[in-house]
Amino acid sequence: MATSQPQEVKVTEPNEQGYRSYSLGEFNFRRDEHFVHIDWPTGRHVMAVEPFLKALMRDIAWNFFYGTVNFDSVIGTVNHYGDVDLFAGRFNEDYRKAEIDHLENFPHDEIKATFEAMLGDWVNESFDPFAAPQETGSAYGDKAGNNFAAVTRTRVTAKRMIGMPDDELLRSDESGYTVNRMFADVDQSEPEVKVEPGYENEVSAFSLFKYLSRSDVTWNPSVVSVCKDSLYCPTTEEFILPIIHGNDRVEWFIQLSDEIIWEVADRETGRPRANVVMKAGDCAAMPADIRHQGFSPKRSMLLVWENNSAALPGMIARGETPNVPVEF
Amino acid sequence: MTEYKTVFGSLTNYEKGGVEVINDSPQNYVFSNLFEVASRSKPWEKVAVAKNMEYVIEAIRAEGVSPWRIAPHDEFALVMDGQVTIDLLDPDSVTANSNSTGSVVVDGEPAGRKMGQIVAKRGHLSLLPANRCYRMSARDASVVLLQTILGPDTVQRWSDICQKH
Repeated sequence: MATSQPQEVKVTEPNEQGYRSYSLGEFNFRRDEHFVHIDWPTGRHVMAVEPFLKALMRDIAWNFFYGTVNFDSVIGTVNHYGDVDLFAGRFNEDYRKAEIDHLENFPHDEIKATFEAMLGDWVNESFDPFAAPQETGSAYGDKAGNNFAAVTRTRVTAKRMIGMPDDELLRSDESGYTVNRMFADVDQSEPEVKVEPGYENEVSAFSLFKYLSRSDVTWNPSVVSVCKDSLYCPTTEEFILPIIHGNDRVEWFIQLSDEIIWEVADRETGRPRANVVMKAGDCAAMPADIRHQGFSPKRSMLLVWENNSAALPGMIARGETPNVPVEF
Repeated sequence: MTEYKTVFGSLTNYEKGGVEVINDSPQNYVFSNLFEVASRSKPWEKVAVAKNMEYVIEAIRAEGVSPWRIAPHDEFALVMDGQVTIDLLDPDSVTANSNSTGSVVVDGEPAGRKMGQIVAKRGHLSLLPANRCYRMSARDASVVLLQTILGPDTVQRWSDICQKH
């Protein structure tokens, strides 16, 4: 991973709505009251402000995540873990045929600095791009302050397990994490833990469901337990996953509560492949050659399970391991 | 105002979703339900419900008292239904094979120092620390989801547990 260095961001003075415009290579980004306008040498694209900012938030917070983060069917990024592709139409069959797609590669720190500046400028005081629709104000309108506290949240990444000494903290009323309105019926009791002297660093347990019921964000996996490269990354989901995730490795979902419907399409073309309906206790793999987007009617608890091995994307790209985790 | 009800599954009450194919094989999604798997398992059988290279998640039907086990790496037990008691022991002489993965059974009652005990209910996640012995017990049939690595006792019966059509 690239080390963090001060980066120069190409930015204009504010427009008449109060927003600055940004350039990254031959890509230009500007926003007005309702829309984000993106252009590149062979084309242009428009997105509504709210879904754009929600997607941008995840891309930054997840450090460009595993594989492809499609903001929609045209714009997105591909993480190469040190450098990042920014693309328009690269994974859109018709843009490719029309030869109006465009892709540029940037050092990780350069694209991150530009995206962070854009997010900081374009998110107004009343809007939280991580929040569920009914828990935040509007993303639209003229420039009206900032919400740096919301857009600079740090992703939770436990070193061993949440709640252990020198690791990520549990959530409570006192620490500012109240129970979400849709999880008011979730049991808040903690496990009974008896520890003999000298074993305080090894005997540990916590209520994951209580922890998740107090999450103040949606569609933002946190690492809660680590078994070498096996990462438990549970998250709470409500409404629509703001990005369409294109896998560069197999990813697993274990539905812990309620229901999510996943639309699955081909990673390269976007052609539909399946819908996966997941209810509490269901387990499903997302193959390494797909893209997926989730729809959660009620706030739900989802265990996202990742294999963090740096070798995996290369092995899959070279055909050394199948796109599916198990053949039977 | 809507009154929200959070839906969890259990051994005796779960509803299963599924893969609705458009242009694919359902087998690519390795779709199963952990409560269904546990409801058809023997006590303490470690049935893989997810696998990513060498890593697995196992669904375990917890019922009665398990043998003592030990693994050379951390494992994590999430109770998905019921109540499970976990006893932890710092063994005097039993060691985990550092060249292997997954847990193995420790014969009999290993000698060592008691480390502590955890009583975990639905939604509680417990560390099973590397190179320590652990034993689980459950008065009533319960379900544990175990984050671990493929081991000699991991049961893989994908064809039996996964959606094929």
